[in-house]
Amino acid sequence: MSTVDALTAAERAAVSDLVAQAHEPRAACTDVLRYVQARRRFIDDALLGEIAGLLDMSTAELDEVATFYNLIFRRPVGETVLFLCNSVTCWMLGQPALQAHLHRRLGIAPGETTADGRLTLLPIVCLGHCDHAPAMLLGEALHGDLDCHRLDELLSLAPA
Amino acid sequence: MELPLTRNMRPGAPLDLAGYRRAGGYEVVRATIGKVAPQALIDIVTDSGLGGRGGGGFSTGRKWQAMPSVAARPGPRYFIVNADEMEPGTFKDRFLLEGDPHQLLEGLILGAYAVQADHGIIFIRGEYVEPIRLLRRAVAQARDAGLLGENILGSGFDFEVDVHASAGRYICGEETAMLNALEGRRAIPRAKPPLPQTHGLFGSPTIVNNVETVCNISHIIAHGADWYKSLGVNGEVGTRIFGVSGRVKNPGCYELPIGTPMRALIEDHAGGMRSGYALTAVLPGGASTGFLPARDLDTPMSVGAFAALGHRLGTANAIVLDDRTCPVAFIANLQQFFAQESCGWCAPCRDGLPWAERTLRAIEAGDGTDADLALLSELTGHLGPGRTFCALAPGAMASLQTGLAMFGDEFARHVRTGRCSWH
Repeated sequence: MSTVDALTAAERAAVSDLVAQAHEPRAACTDVLRYVQARRRFIDDALLGEIAGLLDMSTAELDEVATFYNLIFRRPVGETVLFLCNSVTCWMLGQPALQAHLHRRLGIAPGETTADGRLTLLPIVCLGHCDHAPAMLLGEALHGDLDCHRLDELLSLAPA
Repeated sequence: MELPLTRNMRPGAPLDLAGYRRAGGYEVVRATIGKVAPQALIDIVTDSGLGGRGGGGFSTGRKWQAMPSVAARPGPRYFIVNADEMEPGTFKDRFLLEGDPHQLLEGLILGAYAVQADHGIIFIRGEYVEPIRLLRRAVAQARDAGLLGENILGSGFDFEVDVHASAGRYICGEETAMLNALEGRRAIPRAKPPLPQTHGLFGSPTIVNNVETVCNISHIIAHGADWYKSLGVNGEVGTRIFGVSGRVKNPGCYELPIGTPMRALIEDHAGGMRSGYALTAVLPGGASTGFLPARDLDTPMSVGAFAALGHRLGTANAIVLDDRTCPVAFIANLQQFFAQESCGWCAPCRDGLPWAERTLRAIEAGDGTDADLALLSELTGHLGPGRTFCALAPGAMASLQTGLAMFGDEFARHVRTGRCSWH
């Protein structure tokens, strides 16, 4: 996971398309970062530099943006990211217990990745599913009304 | 009781274009675009009394009126829909996006025509994966049907819409920070003036309106300002998507007449508290609003009625604090959110919010002192209105300031006993 290949010709073409649709190149930066991250899982320094060149931005300017967002990763993450909502309604309705359960079952705290590299746990602010709290985003799928049992099912863990 | 916003609501499986049209959708676009003077639409919306539903409550019509004329400012003009819903406890925009995306698009087309915008952007948080998918599908359907693009329905009006999926940061919901985000800059707020209406996206005239605000537009244009005014109760106008979360029996979104008492929302629509829990207080409209005490539950839910009592209605999505949750820990959680999401641009917010959070955590852990209580009180002044670049920190202080007053005995007990009696 430590070495990340440079963008392929096809990827550079896709980035060029995103840039061409934008009012000016840098305006495409969030779209481009999201596109590249979807293929590489995270944006390492070499990718950041390469993308900055395509966007006519300095590396520092692009890093100002990349480090700003909760959903752009500048460090390696696992195959799947589990965003556990820790805002007020989810916190009241059981998020701490879910977090403790994940630590017990998988040995990971927020910000950590399982030893097999499959899952990274990250905290996230309110997911807008307060009517189904506690909630999480597992990869691209939203799940609400969670309890420890449901969490085990969704993560394909054997019942505790 | 007429509830226009949820008339065609199909949560998770919204009407497609054909279904929406069968229900009368886009008729007002056909009847209006190119046939009615744009200024007439601005006048109707102004007269209706519609206010911004993102939390500010400012008159939508007056916001539109601040757009310079096309003659005065030729060139690109933008209409941005703020779908960056990230206020803790707030989920009404997701409800509207998942349940009826064409309602939003229809309002957007009409709003854009009113202010003569040629480019629309729906700025939506990246975590809203399903709403993004549904919106993009609705935009594609509308484009295929000639409702977007060049010469819409033969009217001579051109308008294109992009759905911009953001990468997650609360401050992007602040309208000037959103402009920086769309320009590919770090999303810190800009100084106002100039207003976005005169110097917005890429320096061009720009409107930024919340999802729910825009969802009202087609109904107001179709039925008129007087009809819209008649929807409210207790002297108020219109309806709103009110929400409730916490330990109530039926958390969710409910469209109700503006002016409905908060008690009716919580006790009738949300079914009251779950067995074994009692209501202590309510944050009436997201994490940025102050506590409404249980004794004020009969307050009509409107911007004006809340302001008269010194409260703010905010996003109108209420979070219920119950008697089995520690108020100090509850407020600490809120401050943790704001400390994390501060953009870091101005010092009081960047340094003050983590300080408030750490101090609250210390009190909750039993390590607090009387000096900590005094400090928290002092911070509510230093981070209050007028002391920071934008409204994030003052919003954070709303729950802290009202919480210190309302739960002063609990704060003092934590300090005196060196422990939290809830945990």
